[in-house]
Amino acid sequence: MISAEFMAKLGEGTLATLYMTIFTTIFGYVVGLPCGIVLSLTGKGGLKENKVIYRIFDVIVNLIRSVPFLILIILLMPYTKKIVGQSYGTKATLVPLVVCAAPFIARIVENSLREVDGGVVEAARAMGADTFTIVTKVLLVEAKTSLLDGATLAVGTILGYSAMAGIVGGGGLGDIATRYGYYRFDSGKMWITVVLLVILVNILQAIGINVSKKTDKRRV
Amino acid sequence: MSENIIQLKNISKTFVTDKGEFKALEDINLDISRGSIYGIIGMSGAGKSTLVRCINYLEVPTEGSVVIDGKELGSLTEKGLREERKSIGMIFQHFNLLQQKNVIDNVSFPLRINGVNKKDAHKRAAELLEIVGLADKANSYPVQLSGGQQQRVAIARALAGNPKILLCDEATSALDPQTTKSILELLKNINEKYGITIVIITHQMAVVREICSHVAVISKGHIVENGEVSDVFSRPKTKEARELIMLESGENTWYNESSEDDNCVRIVFTENSAYEPVISNMIKKFNCDVSIYQADTKKINGKTTGEMIIGLPKDEELSRQLKDYLTEKGIIVEEAR
Repeated sequence: MISAEFMAKLGEGTLATLYMTIFTTIFGYVVGLPCGIVLSLTGKGGLKENKVIYRIFDVIVNLIRSVPFLILIILLMPYTKKIVGQSYGTKATLVPLVVCAAPFIARIVENSLREVDGGVVEAARAMGADTFTIVTKVLLVEAKTSLLDGATLAVGTILGYSAMAGIVGGGGLGDIATRYGYYRFDSGKMWITVVLLVILVNILQAIGINVSKKTDKRRV
Repeated sequence: MSENIIQLKNISKTFVTDKGEFKALEDINLDISRGSIYGIIGMSGAGKSTLVRCINYLEVPTEGSVVIDGKELGSLTEKGLREERKSIGMIFQHFNLLQQKNVIDNVSFPLRINGVNKKDAHKRAAELLEIVGLADKANSYPVQLSGGQQQRVAIARALAGNPKILLCDEATSALDPQTTKSILELLKNINEKYGITIVIITHQMAVVREICSHVAVISKGHIVENGEVSDVFSRPKTKEARELIMLESGENTWYNESSEDDNCVRIVFTENSAYEPVISNMIKKFNCDVSIYQADTKKINGKTTGEMIIGLPKDEELSRQLKDYLTEKGIIVEEAR
């Protein structure tokens, strides 16, 4: 039932899924982390409270977040071609994935930074720290555990979204499951792929949770 | 007279909230002389935390000026203000240490953000930990320390930049009496050894009595009374100050209830009169009844001070004579209510 050819496909799919997930996470944070910082700083009670800037970022994040991912892929097709030179293939899926992940990540980062005890920030201000120092040496450091937990959540979500990449020929395990299970009615192969996906997600989650726990100094 | 290192001139602070304006401070004037330990005492909500934050401009006053060592904070740029803050240390009720950093990194923090390299910062931090008696905890994390130890780390951190002023915002309020005492001793030590001016915000009379040389009583955003601790404590002029002092001495309901019918006075004896059997002599001389509702003797800045709530006979003529007698003996007499 499971041919060597299918096994090879699974291997390829796993790699493609990991590729999409990892790159989307990286680029997602490149865009989402600064946005999250801006949101938390300009939000109510933030260090640089600014209603206008907060509102702008808030609206953009909400807008993108409310567009279903499948639609986003189609909407972005013309831009995808301009950015990565192709509108088809694994690389092409990165654009809609990043566009989708960045606002999500921005929100997670915003919430993590907001959890930081205001007293610690006040202490840093009293020491004469500027905003940049407070962000890099206080907020990001103190929110480390929460940020790592957020990243773990983000990775899982991104991996889930990458399963829809098949629509633009992105490949990956989700694509294989759809093809065999949905188009060919081969539920055996679909299940194998699904199990592989589940294992993959769980391994990534376990790594994330472990790292965040191990590095949390608030535990005795 | 010594030079004033902190001058608050006509400070007012109004917070604008959704529910309207709230005046936290109104027309505060306060001079704090170099090298003193100045207590600012008041009930919660009196505005004392806002006041202490005005001293390092964490809160910018709505009106008035803050002059630190001759420099007016309001005239400084953002950058200039940050520089000035480096010479004003601050400690807090909940310590506010970086939970994800160990003790030595916490103490090094103000130095590191000042551009001191890690090696030198750690060296200085180790010296500071020696001063606060926590040299062996350098590699511990805040969560592993007791409240008192965390406050010591916070003190070491506040001293890292060689400040000329140390602000303490309810620094002992989260600590038990024993630990409070040891922290206060440390602060007094630092004041004497390094000449750092200390401003202590508290609602605990005991803290002021223990180490402060001067005190200001703040109530509803106003300073109602200030001066040397011994003066304010033995002769409180205002209702607010009296209330705080009484509250501290365990003033409780039985006194209020049982004494309603009596002609109650509060007497304060200072210095030598504390050792003289004045009350006993008075009773013998006038051959009358005097009830003692409450009595307490304390050492304030090394001076023995006692206070008593006594019930005098209802006879007005007699009670006037008794009051005169007490006054003659150098005792301060005032109506308890």
